[in-house]
Amino acid sequence: MNTTALEKIQAAFPDAICKVVLESVVLDVRPENLESTLSRLKNEPEFNCGLMVDVTAIDYLEYPQPPAARFYVVYTLRNWEKNILVQVRTPVLDPQAGITSATHLWGAALFGEREVYDQYGIHFQGHPDLRRILNHWQFEGHPLRKDYPIGKGQICYETDSLEKEIRARLAKKGVDDATLKDINTQVMFLNLGPSHPATHGAIRILTALDGETILANVNEVGYLHRGFEKTAENRTYNQIIPLTDRLNYCSSMLNNIAYAKAVESWLGVTITERAQFMRVVLSEFYRVLDHLVCLAAALVDMGGLTNYWYLYNEKEAAYDLISRLTGARLTSSFTRIGGMYRDFYDGWEKDLEVQLRGIEKGIGDSLKLVETNRIVHDRTQGVCILTAETALNYGFTGPTLRASGVPFDLRKDAPYYNYESFDFEVPVGSNGDIYDRFMIRFYEMAQSIRIIRQAMKHIPEGPINIKDSQVVLPAKQQVYSNIEGLANHFKLIFEGVKAPAGEWYDSFEAANGELGFHFVSDGSGKPYKLKVRPPCFYIMGGFHKMVEGNMIADAVINLSCINIIGGELDR
Amino acid sequence: MALGLESSLGDTVITTKLDEVINWGRQYSLWPFVFGTACCAIEFMSAAASQHDISRFGAEVVRFSPRQADLLLVCGTISYKQAPILKRIYEQMPDPKWVISMGACACSGGIYDNYCTVQGIDTIIPVDVFISGCPPRPEAVLDALIKIQDQIKGETVLKDRHKDFKGILD
Repeated sequence: MNTTALEKIQAAFPDAICKVVLESVVLDVRPENLESTLSRLKNEPEFNCGLMVDVTAIDYLEYPQPPAARFYVVYTLRNWEKNILVQVRTPVLDPQAGITSATHLWGAALFGEREVYDQYGIHFQGHPDLRRILNHWQFEGHPLRKDYPIGKGQICYETDSLEKEIRARLAKKGVDDATLKDINTQVMFLNLGPSHPATHGAIRILTALDGETILANVNEVGYLHRGFEKTAENRTYNQIIPLTDRLNYCSSMLNNIAYAKAVESWLGVTITERAQFMRVVLSEFYRVLDHLVCLAAALVDMGGLTNYWYLYNEKEAAYDLISRLTGARLTSSFTRIGGMYRDFYDGWEKDLEVQLRGIEKGIGDSLKLVETNRIVHDRTQGVCILTAETALNYGFTGPTLRASGVPFDLRKDAPYYNYESFDFEVPVGSNGDIYDRFMIRFYEMAQSIRIIRQAMKHIPEGPINIKDSQVVLPAKQQVYSNIEGLANHFKLIFEGVKAPAGEWYDSFEAANGELGFHFVSDGSGKPYKLKVRPPCFYIMGGFHKMVEGNMIADAVINLSCINIIGGELDR
Repeated sequence: MALGLESSLGDTVITTKLDEVINWGRQYSLWPFVFGTACCAIEFMSAAASQHDISRFGAEVVRFSPRQADLLLVCGTISYKQAPILKRIYEQMPDPKWVISMGACACSGGIYDNYCTVQGIDTIIPVDVFISGCPPRPEAVLDALIKIQDQIKGETVLKDRHKDFKGILD
């Protein structure tokens, strides 16, 4: 598929070095050509990369064969209609001088480039608001640089006031200082969070209000930044799986599966049929659970507490099945590179079917309260509308993007694990308002349950792990009874699964959208760099586009319907 | 009940020690403020939902204003960026107040031994009960609540707890 894309791109950019890595075409461009390359990839109809998936940097300081420049910046772009994934790499010769910003092309770059600046100290010329995002404002240095010691914490004594930012945003919306001082205009600043019932975790939403209407909004994230990426650089590939549980903790196994799939794709490993089906069943089940929690909490925010019991109790009941299967309630750590931790237990089909019926009942009960409820309609329809164009521009993916009418779903557009052979639909919204974002999750749950039932019917018998002693641990019997098994076990535990040197990006349709992992390997058992592309992060980056012009109470339910999960947002 | 006054006052009056009656009241009407930041907050949601039902222990009135709460439940990782907020929330709670540190992250930084995670919230605010686990089960939350209740039983209104506490932000 991508060889044609490669030829096309190579022909269009003769100066760049192009190659195909897994699903993506990688272009190496010189810094002075970066801007023109990016803008052509976005604007020329034959490429049409309207979605900026991610931006990150790589520090080659300790890389075995380092390239000439220490830092590289990588933009990951996607043409969702034709499934073309492009990565544009450029060297950064002087991080202080930096490179040109892509903020005029994609709104997603506003958050993305701030993160690169914060973590690597690379400047972006022309970025309107280049400041720290994940680390606090009193932080010094850039933690993802290889010469920053992992344990060097820095105390923050005071939170940032954000006053400058909200005033800048107000000015951009046409409210200047003179208007603010005018006695007839009463602009009030209202701060929600980071510890507020409406923020579902630690996010800070600062609004400038005229009456109850939001004139301007700026947001602060990073309160749950836990250094996932730096920690991962010091762990073997299998040791990172427990860390992935804690990205989107409402659907931990989806992250496990997405991560394992990303590593396996580079190793060239195809997992067994049974393991593939297991992963489909479990990822769809967790997608349902994720949506249940989101809707339960969101409807509480709207005042419908009963829905919480209908929906959340089903999630609680699911923990019985999950505990029997994985041994844990929330943080499952159930995948391994090359397969799964365990097979299903005997009689799982019956338990799962009972569970699915319960969930269907819960959804049905909740829908009866919500679907034709006048109050719900009045509060959500036509409120906080986000057009498809803006959603794409800000890097939205998943249900939030589909609610705006873009039918992009990796399970359909870049299928993996036999998704192309399952019979399911991708629900799409028509208005991009809060109502669509709510209902799309209800419909997606029904579709996921459909997929689970099909997969349960067709799941084959057989092993769950591949037979490759370089990847999968030997059976315990082997470890305890012969030296080869013991040595094999020892090497895999201590050195980890060795991934060939190189760089790759792989993505997965998680509950909130495209969950991607960008790896750099130096050939050892630990990733040289691991960047997560979290769906939430970019959705939060476009939050102001949804709420400005709407009322403060709408912002609260809008936040709950986009399902921001701190672990994934701030990593 | 040791003064022997009941016989002269009749059975409409009971006598007791001030500490005991106050502690009895405090024990069974703790109002938690949930400082939920991460995964542990989801397990707190389970503790509050029907199956485990924290209201059986008199602590279901979850407040979202620190000024109305007397039990701070820190559920989840506290980063250095979050630390000053946690401290301010704690300070805004009126005395007497108790703190539960829920989960490995809040207790010790957990698996996040790195540049951004506070290695235990007891470096910022005084903690009464620690819950282990990543995340702890809802039963463990209930157990911690019972431990706090036991602790309250032995306290006195005359003593100002944690007056001399000094954390890294003080």
